[in-house]
Amino acid sequence: MPRKFTPKVVTANALIEGDVIWLTANDQWTRCMDDAELIEDEAHAQLRLLVAEGQLDKVVGPYLADAVSGDAGPAPTHFREEFRTRGPSNYFHGKQAEAV
Amino acid sequence: MYKYNDFDEAFIRERTRQFRAQVERRISGALTEDEFRPLRLMNGLYLQLHAYMLRVAIPYGTLDSTKMNQLAFIADKFDKGYGHFTTRQNIQYNWPKLTDVPDMLDALADVEMHANQTSGNTIRNVTSDHFAGATPDEIEDPRPVAELLRQWSTDHPEFQFLGRKFKIAVGASEHDRAVLKSHDVAVQIVKNDAGEVGYKIFVGGGLGRTPIVGQVLYDFIPRQDLLPRVESILSVYNLLGRRDNKYKARIKITVLENGLDEFRELAEKEYARIRPTFHGADLELLEDIRQYFQQPDYLDASTNAFDVAYDADPVFRSWADTNLAPHKNPDYAIATISIKAHGQTPGDATSDQMRVMADIAKEFGHDELRISHEQNVILPHVHKSHLPAVFARLQQAGLATANVGLISDIIACPGMDYCALATARSIPVAQQIATRFDELKLEHEIGQLKIKISGCINACGHHHVGHIGILGLDRAGVENYQITLGGDGSETTTIGERAGPGFAYDEIVPAIERLIYAYLDLREDEEETFLQAYRRVGLSPFKAALYPEAKEKHAA
Ligand code: SF4
Repeated sequence: MPRKFTPKVVTANALIEGDVIWLTANDQWTRCMDDAELIEDEAHAQLRLLVAEGQLDKVVGPYLADAVSGDAGPAPTHFREEFRTRGPSNYFHGKQAEAV
Repeated sequence: MYKYNDFDEAFIRERTRQFRAQVERRISGALTEDEFRPLRLMNGLYLQLHAYMLRVAIPYGTLDSTKMNQLAFIADKFDKGYGHFTTRQNIQYNWPKLTDVPDMLDALADVEMHANQTSGNTIRNVTSDHFAGATPDEIEDPRPVAELLRQWSTDHPEFQFLGRKFKIAVGASEHDRAVLKSHDVAVQIVKNDAGEVGYKIFVGGGLGRTPIVGQVLYDFIPRQDLLPRVESILSVYNLLGRRDNKYKARIKITVLENGLDEFRELAEKEYARIRPTFHGADLELLEDIRQYFQQPDYLDASTNAFDVAYDADPVFRSWADTNLAPHKNPDYAIATISIKAHGQTPGDATSDQMRVMADIAKEFGHDELRISHEQNVILPHVHKSHLPAVFARLQQAGLATANVGLISDIIACPGMDYCALATARSIPVAQQIATRFDELKLEHEIGQLKIKISGCINACGHHHVGHIGILGLDRAGVENYQITLGGDGSETTTIGERAGPGFAYDEIVPAIERLIYAYLDLREDEEETFLQAYRRVGLSPFKAALYPEAKEKHAA
């Protein structure tokens, strides 16, 4: 039996800055996961990934990451993706610092 | 220190110019990421979890104050004011922008530095003993040979597209401080029975998924045969090495699959073929290089100031006992600057700290600095009378931690705080262990102990050869830490034994604590180190301490 599709977001790193970005529903890239498009359908997910892969002059290494619907928007399920929303744990650098 | 000639200078500038054009073409869209990636990797530029990372080569870990100051300048101008010294004697900047990297490479070239071959499937930065040129137990300074190998391997046309990365280390003492047997090829400078200096060659060592201790390929090869021998080893590997499976592509697997004797035979054939093409220019070059690695102009002065401070100041005494090593000149010492203050990130130094170390080296250290694979900074030549002043300056900069070789002198790779390949974090585990044992005030009582932590099976943190090794894994979506015991990265290299099931993130520090208490209980006396005790009693008492539940179950 095929496994049930779990919701996804499209994520990548920005070409110039190298920081983490997510694809929004209106084809923009956001630096805040809250604004990402939560994709609930497998076929749609593949399509969105294709859109991202068509923008390789702006982004590097797009992929589909598991996510769930959270209070403010899509939220990560795996700790790696959670770290990507925040930055390193040894310094207050990266997204956690930019959000202030 | 080696000084670039016109050829080196032109080569580095040309590489930087090329990379600047490549970056422009990537941004304009003329190059895809697939095309650009190998180009940026050839220049040490990675894309990590949160940002790009530039890995800068510090050949055999040697720096002077000019270079160190420039590393500080780059950290301030293009990064977040710090750098991370790695287990391969390199420095990494964690936050550069793609558009800044060509300028960073130019700034490096200004002080005869570069990021070439710090990534990709080529011969990587050649590493060496961080006490080279200073330690009394060396046959000779190993760095000229390391520099010769660096020049030979730089842009070597045959070896730019190997099956996998290739790491070479050079040492010159029986006591191995350069983890020789964990390298693809290691060169140990030795003397034969006739008193001639030559090389012992190890092959096929490596950590990672399949940890293997390097084996002796040649007990002794004469001086003039070094490059043709190493080249023949590389050629055989390049042809024979597997390219179908990344995990089987290192030379250790080539040697394992074909057997050492078969490998040696093939290398012998290749050697016979290429030997006539070496006409001695390599030896002349080595002689030239050697001129740059002369002994410093030693100071002839009283060491009394050291003795006075040592007797009067217990804080200085503690640092001196822990962080100093004997020098070949009895009036001198080798001083290790710990960049692992309790709770700090192992291997990180701020730009201010870099400048302090540069100033101290210039004023008191014959302008020499070394980076160790254990992620500390070394002042290889300090006259003993200057040590109290050096110590005072280090104290002011937060660099006077007396923990070299102790439980908080932990090797930790960047792990999932930075590295895109990581399966778990390693830095916070190191920070917590160091903080905990500092609180317990047990560090000095525990004595010599090497903890090494990797954030994935690639083992950049050398966990297999840690007396206590910690490997961070992803077990069903949570961080999990596996402990290995009894590893050793010295001349008696041993791969650590797995202790049992892993521990969750919040269980790993208490587990290490239980392990240490078990050691303190069972050691014969204070002289018996953790490793010696482990070798005497084996795994089981430590296992019992790590898994008390299992014991209870057994008893029930
Ligand atoms: S051991 Fe793994 S996590 Fe650590 S630096 Fe190496 S590749 Fe990254």
